[in-house]
Amino acid sequence: MTLLDYPFMVRALVAALFTGLAAPAIGTYLVQRRLALMGDGIGHIAVTGVGLGLLTGQSPVWTAIAVAILGALLIELIRERGRAGGDVALALIFYGGIAGGVMVTGLAHGSAQTLQSYLFGSIVTVSQQDVWAVVALAAGVIFVALGFAPQLFAVCQDEEFARVAGLKVRAYNLTTSVLAAVTVTVAMRTVGLLLVSALMVVPVATAQQLTRGFKITMLVAMVLGGLTSVSGVAASYYIDVAPGATIVMFALACFVAAWPVGSLVRYRRRLRQPFGEGDGALPHTVVPEEHGHAHGDECGHPAVPHADHVDYVHDGHRHAVHGGHYDEH
Amino acid sequence: MNNVIDVESGNLALGGRPILRGISLSVRQGEVVAVLGSNGSGKSTLIRGLMGLAKWNSGDIRLFGTPVAQFHDWHRVGYVPQQLSATSGVPATVKEVVASGRLSRRRLLLPMRQIDRAAVRSALAAVELTDRQNDAVSHLSGGQQQRVLVARALAGEPELFVLDEPNSGVDQHNRLGLARTLAHLVEGGGTVVVVLHELGPLAGLIDRIIGLHDGRIVYDGPPGDEATLEAHEGQGHVHHHARSFPDHVPLEPGWRL
Repeated sequence: MTLLDYPFMVRALVAALFTGLAAPAIGTYLVQRRLALMGDGIGHIAVTGVGLGLLTGQSPVWTAIAVAILGALLIELIRERGRAGGDVALALIFYGGIAGGVMVTGLAHGSAQTLQSYLFGSIVTVSQQDVWAVVALAAGVIFVALGFAPQLFAVCQDEEFARVAGLKVRAYNLTTSVLAAVTVTVAMRTVGLLLVSALMVVPVATAQQLTRGFKITMLVAMVLGGLTSVSGVAASYYIDVAPGATIVMFALACFVAAWPVGSLVRYRRRLRQPFGEGDGALPHTVVPEEHGHAHGDECGHPAVPHADHVDYVHDGHRHAVHGGHYDEH
Repeated sequence: MNNVIDVESGNLALGGRPILRGISLSVRQGEVVAVLGSNGSGKSTLIRGLMGLAKWNSGDIRLFGTPVAQFHDWHRVGYVPQQLSATSGVPATVKEVVASGRLSRRRLLLPMRQIDRAAVRSALAAVELTDRQNDAVSHLSGGQQQRVLVARALAGEPELFVLDEPNSGVDQHNRLGLARTLAHLVEGGGTVVVVLHELGPLAGLIDRIIGLHDGRIVYDGPPGDEATLEAHEGQGHVHHHARSFPDHVPLEPGWRL
């Protein structure tokens, strides 16, 4: 029997795919605004929502979403008001959220086991209704994140310019927060509340090792998120650990693989960046020693464009062909 | 009223401290106005107030005849801040940043139209960054980043162009380029308000100078009379070495006047 023969696995895989696509989409905006840990904060707060659901007998998904949205709006308002004490205020909210969640769950006589399935994800507990909720919410997040991409990008890139361009900056910022809160709740079933932030941030960090643009970073991150989520859930079936752990480990493995490649690409790109023209002409300096080596396409020295010619970079010097000799540039 | 900017008795305080006091000025269509003044004179605050980024406490402030609080035609205004906001966590290409300047003319959820793409292309060409359009902005030099910001404002095809110290930290080559871009804009009937530390290569374009000192307008007139401005700058200003104690600082015990 393959894993697709189990209905609960199919549900878990579908939920994982949508979660994996939605989390990096919204995560890209959070990373751009340097709020990479915001998802973590919302995740902590949502624990209280889960506890309230268990206490009142409601579906934890809906209580978690309500509490997460409230928490996300609160974080955004604290951020907007600014600098001093902001991070301490955030820390208070995070700790309050998780402590409240554990306490309320205890009052509801929920076991540590129950809570753990929300903290680190669980493939066996995804019900039919859960899958529909996850798919609908994730599709909504993806639609807004992609459809309003130009506006959200402008607001995250330069808030003041966006305001002068006539954009409702505050509305877009609050939208981002609400989307983040919804994503956290969506991801609760697969990666779990404590690891959801990793799925928002790690694929973005991986993608930008190789990309130069915003849109392409977002798309690559979404693909990576989808792949690691699906494969993580599948792996958790075989090795019987919480899917949150396998998903995040896979995502981190992608980052570890991409980082050296990214470093190399960046290093090579920097070597080949054209030299500036300079304001005034430098004096004509001929390479003093006998230059036995002939520079060319095949010589292995980086050839860097410099104004209307090419400089060959050579032991910290820049050699340019001039008549029958080389000049120092 | 056909003025592009009208300010009547404007007062603006930041965090409770009065910054701009009794500001009255108007800018006509097609004018090139330089705002000059020393650090802390309120130049940038004036610009931010005109752009609706800082809130006026009192006064009648209008853009194209509409009070700034109710102004919605932001596509008529192109704003060039002093520098690119602290580099963000995700890379963005030159083209993506410039294209965001087109948002004031785009509809929600619709892709860029042909004219939007054309405007972005010609904005990139105007600042000579066409061949760098797919590079990350963070890889550019300070002068090139400044040009990205100019192109972003150009992409919206504004009638009023507002620049906050575009020449600070920028070399002569880039300053001359900016002067050419602005000259082109003015030929097309554009209005320019530019905050400057010194006129530099823009001197030939400037029709009028507004001098600020300590939050008040001390000079409003044609260029060439900067000597008057200098004289105002000097007023009420005492050099530290002229006295034996620092002014504006409470006297320490033992000091006698």
